[in-house]
Amino acid sequence: MKKDIILAGVGGQGILTIATIIGDAATHAGLNLKQAEVHGMSQRGGDVQSNLRLSTDLIYSDLIKQGAADLIISMEPMEALRYLPYLNQEGWVVTSSHPFKNIPNYPEEEALMQELNSLPQVAALPIEDVAKENNLPKSANVVLLGMAAKYIEILTPEQLRESIARVFASKGEKIVEANQLAFDLGLNAVK
Amino acid sequence: MKERILLLGDEAIALGAIHAGISGVYAYPGTPSTEITEFIQGHAPEVRSRWCTNEKTAMEAALGMAYAGKRALVCMKHVGMNVAADAFVNSAITGVNGGLVVLAADDPSMHSSQNEQDSRFYGKFSLLPILEPSTQQEAYDMMEYAYALSESMKLPVLMRVVTRLAHSRAGVEVKEALPQNGLNPETDRTHWVLLPANARRQYAGLVAKQPDLLASSEASPYNQSAINNQKSKLGVIACGIAYNYVMENNPQELGIPVLKISQYPIPEAAIKAMAEQCESLLIAEDGQPLVEEQVKSLLGADYALKGRLTGDLPRMGELTPDNVGAALGVNIEQPYAKAQNLMPRPPALCQGCGHRDVYDALNKVAAEYEGARIFGDIGCYTLGALPPFRAIDSCVDMGASITMAKGAADAGVFPAIAVIGDSTFTHSGMTGLLDAINDNANITVVISDNLTTAMTGGQDSAGTNKFEAICLGLGVAPEHVRVVVPLPKNMEEITRIIREEIEYKGVSVIIPRRECMQTLQRKLRNKKK
Repeated sequence: MKKDIILAGVGGQGILTIATIIGDAATHAGLNLKQAEVHGMSQRGGDVQSNLRLSTDLIYSDLIKQGAADLIISMEPMEALRYLPYLNQEGWVVTSSHPFKNIPNYPEEEALMQELNSLPQVAALPIEDVAKENNLPKSANVVLLGMAAKYIEILTPEQLRESIARVFASKGEKIVEANQLAFDLGLNAVK
Repeated sequence: MKERILLLGDEAIALGAIHAGISGVYAYPGTPSTEITEFIQGHAPEVRSRWCTNEKTAMEAALGMAYAGKRALVCMKHVGMNVAADAFVNSAITGVNGGLVVLAADDPSMHSSQNEQDSRFYGKFSLLPILEPSTQQEAYDMMEYAYALSESMKLPVLMRVVTRLAHSRAGVEVKEALPQNGLNPETDRTHWVLLPANARRQYAGLVAKQPDLLASSEASPYNQSAINNQKSKLGVIACGIAYNYVMENNPQELGIPVLKISQYPIPEAAIKAMAEQCESLLIAEDGQPLVEEQVKSLLGADYALKGRLTGDLPRMGELTPDNVGAALGVNIEQPYAKAQNLMPRPPALCQGCGHRDVYDALNKVAAEYEGARIFGDIGCYTLGALPPFRAIDSCVDMGASITMAKGAADAGVFPAIAVIGDSTFTHSGMTGLLDAINDNANITVVISDNLTTAMTGGQDSAGTNKFEAICLGLGVAPEHVRVVVPLPKNMEEITRIIREEIEYKGVSVIIPRRECMQTLQRKLRNKKK
């Protein structure tokens, strides 16, 4: 079994934290993993992405082939669309529906959401609002991970929840609990 | 199963070097190589690891450590090899005593670089062995191998990686650490004093080692062929990370044999054997067609070679599983086309960044002078080229802002303004400023000092707290070294000072100084904890 995932967003939105949690869970589960990231310009508000590949077999390429991704997880709706040529026929798009407009020529929002919602398999939520309403303003990315959890398949939601505890352990019990709550909010929202 | 640690390619190199018993790492930050030195700084207090002023000083210090019998690592991005080249090429002539590995991280497709030069050429013309790992595990394992090779051949070893390996994570199995070498300075001065008589003898020795280097490559555990003596239409020679992209396309199923190359000089016997078996060969290498050219001369012009030179693979840009698959005849199925509602999202200077205020001020004053030209440099502030600033007229190489401004001023450009960051100034700007002072060039130099090497993530900057002293020491007149705080509320003062210094006929230096927003926020976060 294998899962090819593209994580997308804007610099600073926390996609590498999502990658860290999935990576930790995969390592604990004994899966093979490759995860290519973008560094360098990433803090400067540009688009960022990470190719995350999980498999029970040997993985060769650090990069996912076009038309081969099983899942796009995006912190921003336009960034989700950027990687459509990489999605396979049955692939899912799990994304925040909240646009992040830091460019003057951001597309017309209605048309953008229409294009996104026309995809056969898409789950979109205003994750920032969900996080804020539940007093978890810094955990929108983990809400998104929760939304994606049931589509990751090669790892169970429980394995991901345990990995949240390990990844945030150094920040204290409260932070762990907040992130697990955020995860559950996302998980339950797409049921 | 042994325990595996999840490591970036850069971190695997770092841990491999620590476990190979290095005593020092010498480096200037540069994407995609920076994380190697950062990892060693964070995990091996016994290893000397302070950032160097530039790649040349790093290379020379590492050579000194190797002279003294200990193992040293030098890390840089590909363009850093140009800065280190004088020391690097001559280190092949001196040879080494303790092991010396030079790590060059190339950036095909120029994700964060101004060119995509291939560092393997430096190894080739310096006549040195080159290693090119294809995986994080190989990157880790190869460090111990590289130091053993370096000490047995008495030569530096060049290790070359690309962005996609440097910045990709995978599980790595690690071994026990070796102890560091003891102090044992080389005593044969004729190896090290490169007077022509000595240099000729040393160079002859280097040339004489070439058959040994070839034999090492032919027997290398990192060069593997899947030759099966069945005749094939097509075979593949895959170098370094390109091997992954080839294997991703299931060449076994296609009946395509693969020769993997991760150690150079190229293993000639294995390549000839592949050529015997196959009607044609595809050369898959990330970067420039170095191996393709060599194989062409090895097999003769009549042999059917495919690669970047023939257009079977793109002439420039990084390899991907897609373009390698296409060269192997694999179709890409792409159910979803490019989206309609999509715009590029380029990076920008952070909100609140001092460079923003510097460019606001420069743009205001430059608008008053028809002939104004602003020569930029390498760093975050290169983003001043993009909207909304569109402020700079050039960005070429580390330090070129000052020297290009001088040359342009010599030619009659007025005002000729240079914008350079603090770390770039100490890297390669100081010598150019001395040229300008000695020639009394009519230039205005802005050293935009954010107290860090920001572009690569906030490493210490070599000149922090020393810039006024450096400028005065080089000979800038004291009344023309001006320090300002780049904030919107100071705009009137800053623009007035820029005007005054443009009107001064000679070299002046303006130092806008305010801490980088990223490092400031990190400090505040750490304080809270």
